[in-house]
This record gives sequence, structure tokens and C-alpha cells, in this order.
Amino acid sequence: MFCCGIYGFITRKNMIAMLISLELMLNAVDINFVVFNRFLFPGSMEGMMFTLFAIGIAAAETALAIAIIINIYRAVRHVDADDINELKY
Amino acid sequence: MESVGSIIAYWIIVLSIVVFSVLTVTARKILRAATYLLFTLFATAALYFKLDYEFLGTVQIAVYAGGIVVLFVFAILLTSRPGDNTDRLTSRKKSLGILAAVASLAVTGYAFVSRCANLCTELQPMDNPTMKQIGETLMGTGQGQYLLPFEAISILLLACIIGGVVVARKR
Repeated sequence: MFCCGIYGFITRKNMIAMLISLELMLNAVDINFVVFNRFLFPGSMEGMMFTLFAIGIAAAETALAIAIIINIYRAVRHVDADDINELKY
Repeated sequence: MESVGSIIAYWIIVLSIVVFSVLTVTARKILRAATYLLFTLFATAALYFKLDYEFLGTVQIAVYAGGIVVLFVFAILLTSRPGDNTDRLTSRKKSLGILAAVASLAVTGYAFVSRCANLCTELQPMDNPTMKQIGETLMGTGQGQYLLPFEAISILLLACIIGGVVVARKR
């Protein structure tokens, strides 16, 4: 799943598709936290707490990134990452 | 020893995670990619339920499936016309992506095989973390309790709300 995320992040051109791949990678890491916590240290809750915080941060980051993407779309009418090579000036 | 049905359920969940994540990054239409992402997230939540973390599975469904995927679908519908596909990938870019993916797979697979031989043992029984435990761990200030990260996250979310409004508003 993490490898799929990396593949998608490198090959996709559309910014939203890149963001989706990023979500895949975050999820793979979350699964790792939970599974290692469950198998190696059952009874403690570190992995679960870290996964909770990671989910919160992912939500925040996605909201902000989508706001930026929509703003870029308003400015240049497309969302392909390769073609956005200039800032305001 | 776990029951056969439990093992079959594990394999179904794992296979659906893998298949849907591959479909997510290879789908030509981006709206379909978002839908496959939704299925991947649901399968992840099912895995959490299966590992006895019920609270975590619920949070996963509520935040990801309820919040993030809806946000993705809105953004996709706002920024792309219906019916346009992504272009065929150039072979150089594709091979670069596959190379990076295989390399990371090799590294993680090596770490997994060399370090975690005892992971294939039986799953020890564990009680579900109760709501009382979760709340005390989240709000306590003692050792192994997480009040400070909790507050940091709340500040981060506030900053994100303000930042999102500032970035996305019309001038």
C-alpha cells in the first residue's frame, strides 16, 4: 500500500491524485503502528494514540491542501503539477 | 489457534486493501480513484475492528470516509470536467515510479523478514480498550499519557481552519 502510494505520487500529474496517493501512504503507516502495537505490546496504547493523532493531522493537512489546490485552479484553470512553474510574479 | 473463519477474514481484508490501493493509483478517471480510496479506507477500518481496536475503526470511518473523501470528491468536481481522462503516462515517468515503489518494497520487506520473525506467532488475547481508558490516556498528564499532543493537535486544527479560510476566500 505504501509502495502504491509512492508510485502514484511520482507518476501522477494531477495534484489531487498526488494528494490521494499521499493519503494512501499515511494509511499504510497507520496500519503499521496499530499492527505492531497489537502484536508486540498488547495492553499498551501507544500505537493507537499515535494513529489517532496521525488521523487528525491528515485531516487538517488534506483540508489545507485542497484549499490551496482550489485557489490555484481559480488562478490558472488547471491542476497539473508539471505546468505550475510560476508564482505570482 | 485462531479459527479458520478468522484467518479467511484476515486474508479477505488484506487482499482488498492491496487490490483497491493498486486500483487507486492506476485508475484513469480521478473520481474513480477517489472511490477506490474510499474502499481502501473501509478495508483499513475493518482491519482495525478485527484487531479489537473498535474506537480506532470508528474514528477511521468517521474522519476519513466521512470527511476526507467527501472533501476529495468536492475538490475533484470543482477542478475537473466530467469525462476527461488523464493522459497516458510517459514510459520514463512510469519506470521511475515503479523503480521507487519496488525499492521501498524491498527495504520494508527486508526489515520485516529480518526483524519480525516472532510476529508470526499467535495473537495474544487482549481486552478492548474501554472508553474510560482511552479518555484517561488522552487527557492525562502522567507518564504515557497524551495531554500535550492533544492540545498541540487542537492548536494545529485551529490554525488549519483559519489558514483554509484565508487561502480559499475570494478577494
